[in-house]
Amino acid sequence: MKKYEVDVAVIGGGSAGIAAAIVVKKAELDVLILERDKEIGGITLQCIHNGFGLHEFEEELTGPEYVQRFINQAKDLNIPYKLDTMVIEFTPDKTIYAVNNKEGLIEIKAKAIILAMGCREKTRGAINIPGFRPAGILTAGQAQRFVNIEGYLPGRTYVILGSGDIGMIMARRLTWEGCQVKAVVEIQPYVSGLIRNEVQCLEDYGIPLITSYTVTKIHGKERVQGVTVSKVDRNFDRVIGSEKFIECDTLLLSVGLIPENELTREAGAKISVMGGPVVDNNLETTIDGVFACGNVLQVHDLVDLVTAEAKRAGLNAIEYVKEKYGKEIGKKTQIKCTAGENVNYIKPDLINNADLERDIIFTFRVKRPDRRLLIQFKDDKNKIVYKRKKIYVIPSEMIELKLNLREQQIDPDCKSLEVEVIPRPEVLIEED
Amino acid sequence: MIYDVIIIGGGVTGCSIARTLSKYNLDICLLEKEAEIAVGTTKANSGVIHAGYASPRDYIKRHLCIGGNKMYTQAAEELNFPFKRIGSFVVALEDNQIKQLEEERKKGTEDGVPGLEVILDKKKIKQMEPNLTDEVVGVLHAPSAGLASPYELTFALAENAVMNGAKFFRNHEVVKIKHQDYVFTVRTFAGEFQGRNLINASGLYAARISRMLGLDYFSIMPRKGEYILFDRNAIQLNKILFPIPTKVSKGILVCPTLHGNTFVGPNAQNITDRENISTTTAGLKEILEGGMKLVPNIPARSSIRNFAGLRAVPDTYDFIIDNTDVYGFINVAGILSPGLTATFAIAEKVVEFLELLGVELKVKEDYNPIRPKPERFKDFTKEELDIKIKEDPAWGRIICRCETIPEKEIINAIHAPVGANTVDGVKFRCRPGMGRCQGGFCRPRVIEILSRELNKKYEEITKSGEDTNILMGKTKDFLLKRERGGARK
Amino acid sequence: MSTKTNESELPEGFKDIRCIICPTGCLVHVENINGELIIEGHSCKRGEEYAREEFVAPKRILTTTMRVEKGFLPLIPVRSDKPIPKDRLEETLKLIAKAQTTAPIKMGDTLLENVFGLDINIIASRDLIEM
Repeated sequence: MKKYEVDVAVIGGGSAGIAAAIVVKKAELDVLILERDKEIGGITLQCIHNGFGLHEFEEELTGPEYVQRFINQAKDLNIPYKLDTMVIEFTPDKTIYAVNNKEGLIEIKAKAIILAMGCREKTRGAINIPGFRPAGILTAGQAQRFVNIEGYLPGRTYVILGSGDIGMIMARRLTWEGCQVKAVVEIQPYVSGLIRNEVQCLEDYGIPLITSYTVTKIHGKERVQGVTVSKVDRNFDRVIGSEKFIECDTLLLSVGLIPENELTREAGAKISVMGGPVVDNNLETTIDGVFACGNVLQVHDLVDLVTAEAKRAGLNAIEYVKEKYGKEIGKKTQIKCTAGENVNYIKPDLINNADLERDIIFTFRVKRPDRRLLIQFKDDKNKIVYKRKKIYVIPSEMIELKLNLREQQIDPDCKSLEVEVIPRPEVLIEED
Repeated sequence: MIYDVIIIGGGVTGCSIARTLSKYNLDICLLEKEAEIAVGTTKANSGVIHAGYASPRDYIKRHLCIGGNKMYTQAAEELNFPFKRIGSFVVALEDNQIKQLEEERKKGTEDGVPGLEVILDKKKIKQMEPNLTDEVVGVLHAPSAGLASPYELTFALAENAVMNGAKFFRNHEVVKIKHQDYVFTVRTFAGEFQGRNLINASGLYAARISRMLGLDYFSIMPRKGEYILFDRNAIQLNKILFPIPTKVSKGILVCPTLHGNTFVGPNAQNITDRENISTTTAGLKEILEGGMKLVPNIPARSSIRNFAGLRAVPDTYDFIIDNTDVYGFINVAGILSPGLTATFAIAEKVVEFLELLGVELKVKEDYNPIRPKPERFKDFTKEELDIKIKEDPAWGRIICRCETIPEKEIINAIHAPVGANTVDGVKFRCRPGMGRCQGGFCRPRVIEILSRELNKKYEEITKSGEDTNILMGKTKDFLLKRERGGARK
Repeated sequence: MSTKTNESELPEGFKDIRCIICPTGCLVHVENINGELIIEGHSCKRGEEYAREEFVAPKRILTTTMRVEKGFLPLIPVRSDKPIPKDRLEETLKLIAKAQTTAPIKMGDTLLENVFGLDINIIASRDLIEM
């Protein structure tokens, strides 16, 4: 068995993994990227549309352009990576087992691990659409891979279920390939993705967006021949009598993404409700020296935000290797962060009391859109630690806040911190 | 050539008969209308190997089930398909149901079902199955009940039958049968076959095939059963859980699978369309609610897939296994539950019938009952894995990341006897696409391997046979076709 | 608010344009009243500019793929180096569909030059090595 020792091993060579590895390498630590695909770059390579890079490079790039810049940097820095390499296990003592077809089984002993495995798409089973199991049903991301990378078109006429960004972007992409997109169907009363995509991917091409509807039946035995869509009420129950048939040969599912954490779970790290690992303010999981960043931690709106998070994970891993690795770490006292009113989840899940001097970056999402709001952080005695106004919130926009809790005079004995997004109590006239 | 035996139908019944007969000096062929075997009622079978106490005493299926159950131990050793005796509970939720459990236990024990026991100690019951509802008042424990993978069993049977000389023809739908001078001429869409004996194991189509020979003495009604499959991490059961049975069926069960998942189902809907394997909102709700009566903490949100299967229900409600009035034509029809359990006993019954017909049955000298266990990445130790990959790098290229399936397992599945030739065929043989992502990541790779190994174009690879192509053209094709002025439909 | 413009070919009529500058998504009304552009409903300067441009001459960056010979992959992702007038997108897509290029390719390589005389090039979006 081939054995390696490195300072930091990065699992996953997509946008997150490469960015983290670059930071680590620049600090002159040994780093190694393990990538399952035949090239590094990850899913961003198949996102050939533009709209990336405004935060990171202050210019608008396509997905491949964005990630190519990082790949080039990684190559300039001679960052080693292994392709076609699948990690099958990692242990709490940070030994990684992986396989590839050149070296067989590989054992990598790392001082720190950065998890950057990304996410996967939810599938039809998870949303249980009744009907046949014909050919012609696939996820939007899978269709994107077929069309943009493999070079094949999965169908001619489409209905897309879910108005997430990938779904809308695929609506335009397929239209541009000469296919016909009959409708994008969204169960929520509002579009799930960004308005920009609704306008530029759907409205530009007259593709109807049907909100408060869902696909309730799939027709066709061998191949999809159409779908029945039905209106849903507030509880997402089908409104009887509202059924409409839409003819199509392909159904694309764009019903959400979930972090891909099977390895993390098997290693014994705690996983939070949204599927990402529980992390502290250093993006460290509940296993010492194992950090998580990018879509494996939480699904991001934009690759730029993935990059930013990955750089933080890289820096924290460097600090761990240089200052904490191999040393006795006492039990950490931590403050638990919880999601309150209209908050779906919040990261980090934990704040180390020892880190209260530091700026902490909180990221969270709301459950439903709203306007004229107050974001509040409350401690376990209901004391408001921090508040700020917000004009609007939508679930598709991750909210990011940088806070120094000591400056906010948090009670150091507090055990938990709840974030809530509530309607602003007093209505003041136009002061936003 | 004239075969000694032609079998129509590549489900578990047909394949089991083929394998059992392949022991003898006979020329055998099996005709299947679909692109793969095990895709009819076999595919969506719940995989429960029943203990055998459930059917009425005057039904042949009761006795074939009890006998068939016992035959599984040896068969699993020979054929190396996944099988485990984990035991089942029939769950009584009311005191007045205990009498019924006692009755079943008594009759079952008399008829040879081993180890039946009524347990009333709630603490003991909960120890054996912690996920069971607190409402439980007693259970009938049948330790001989178990789980088998119906399609993996069928693949194993087919492979072993082929190893022993049987011929399998897929994509061969029977359209007409002639019987003249003691020879059957079976016409299919893809050619004619002649045989001296003909076995009808065509499941839902058994009555139709029987009528081709003028025998119209039974009918088969499709009965649909829907299932919901749950993620492996969601819940883990120890026992197969049945409710108190009703007249129509054994009810909605909650059951672990051999791969560590859990499913609930099936319900029972009589329908008319023999291809209708669609699931319905009402049906899925029904089975979820039914399942929650036994296991209240079923994680509804971690369902990964729902599906429906059809059972071939005969008007007699019992198996129809007959040496018919047409000399040499044997009906093996109406094999509904517990048909999977009875499958080896059914095949032996067919052997008896052939003997009665005067077919000379001589065991082949080179008969080999062993179908080697398919090599699985997951079964190897780390050291073995390292050696395997060095021997063949295809062991080291992981195609399905949810289930950790390397390229080699897929290649093996394609080149096995009666091997996979569709994406679903690969999926059911070695599981890529069965996991959490349901093929999201691995499908393009599986298509690529199928197209390379079968020497077909990438676009020609289908999901499950004719008219189920996964792709419709190359990127740019539609734009270019439109440009050339071709009308686009 | 109203502005005089010098553009000779101002489109007639009006348009309600959903602003994409930020997630607020203001609905901006733009109307040509006797050669004068009336823009209403925006809440920032960028929104106003966006709505004007969308009314006068909407443009889009085009991103698609081009067939590649001898490439590590069968397609190379490409983009227009400048926004293309919306009404020229379709013919540009067809032009790209007919084209084919050969690996190796470097990000930024011009694959089609000055399409339809619009002073717009189609450039590669990534590196692609030879097979």
